[in-house]
Amino acid sequence: MKIKVFVTPKKNVLDPQGVAVGHALESLGLGGLKGTRVGKVVELEIEGADSPQFRAQLDKLCRDLLSNPVIEDYHYEIAGG
Amino acid sequence: MNIAVLQFPGSNCDQDAFHLFSSGLGLPTSYVWHKDTSVGGADLVVVPGGFSYGDYLRCGAIARFSPVMGAVREHAERGGLVLGICNGFQILCEAGLLPGALIRNSSLEYRCMTCELVVEEAGPAFNTRLIGKRVSLPIGHGEGNFRIDAAGLERLESNHQVLLRYAENPNGSLSSIAGIRNEEGNVFGMMPHPDRAFERFHPSQDGLVVARAVLSLRFPEILRESA
Repeated sequence: MKIKVFVTPKKNVLDPQGVAVGHALESLGLGGLKGTRVGKVVELEIEGADSPQFRAQLDKLCRDLLSNPVIEDYHYEIAGG
Repeated sequence: MNIAVLQFPGSNCDQDAFHLFSSGLGLPTSYVWHKDTSVGGADLVVVPGGFSYGDYLRCGAIARFSPVMGAVREHAERGGLVLGICNGFQILCEAGLLPGALIRNSSLEYRCMTCELVVEEAGPAFNTRLIGKRVSLPIGHGEGNFRIDAAGLERLESNHQVLLRYAENPNGSLSSIAGIRNEEGNVFGMMPHPDRAFERFHPSQDGLVVARAVLSLRFPEILRESA
């Protein structure tokens, strides 16, 4: 199965990168921009099937390593599970 | 009194920290490799600055899972002293040994300069009586912008866990926070570099008084030696 983990700065945490990218988008003519947040995507390819146990392990890894819950949120998409 | 300086792949202030404690303070100091599972009976563990594991994913995110960090956690839980400088501070936050997190500077610029820092009344090992009202220490970081939620900030302030604040905020840190300690008072973290402020050719020698203050919690005699 293929998993995409999306990690984004928490809504109430300042995102200096997002602010800078937003300014650049506006300077390139984008109108009506209300917010820009820059995060990251981690793609995993795993042999095996989706299961509640696997989800529990994946959630733990997302909390412990792939994101920092103090400043970031995460969600993921699983395909081919 | 034994000092251990950790070395991760990508640490680059390990030698500066080593010399602060060995030549600057004349204390027995040794390196501990990140794959070691013991801190070798050290009294103070220094987590040095640099770019551990390339700072991939987030600063300190991967270093916190290296074998030696298990030993550092046990050492801290026994009440042992820990000092994280710059990337070391980021690692201690990622490891949950200190609260909060450090994100990209609000300017998005890497800031390399000497900063005036206001010393806070942060308990018996870190206060204006030991250190003075202000110190001047170099910083060099791109991710020194301290963040914590409102409840966490309130806890830091009411427990007097803030060690140092920037006189002029260089990175957007919440409440100009430059360094904190844990609630118990034995784990210290700061973005400024005491390890770059002790030789005559350094911009200041205030690193010595900061290092002595941290050690004074367990070894009060270190203050007499400096008098």
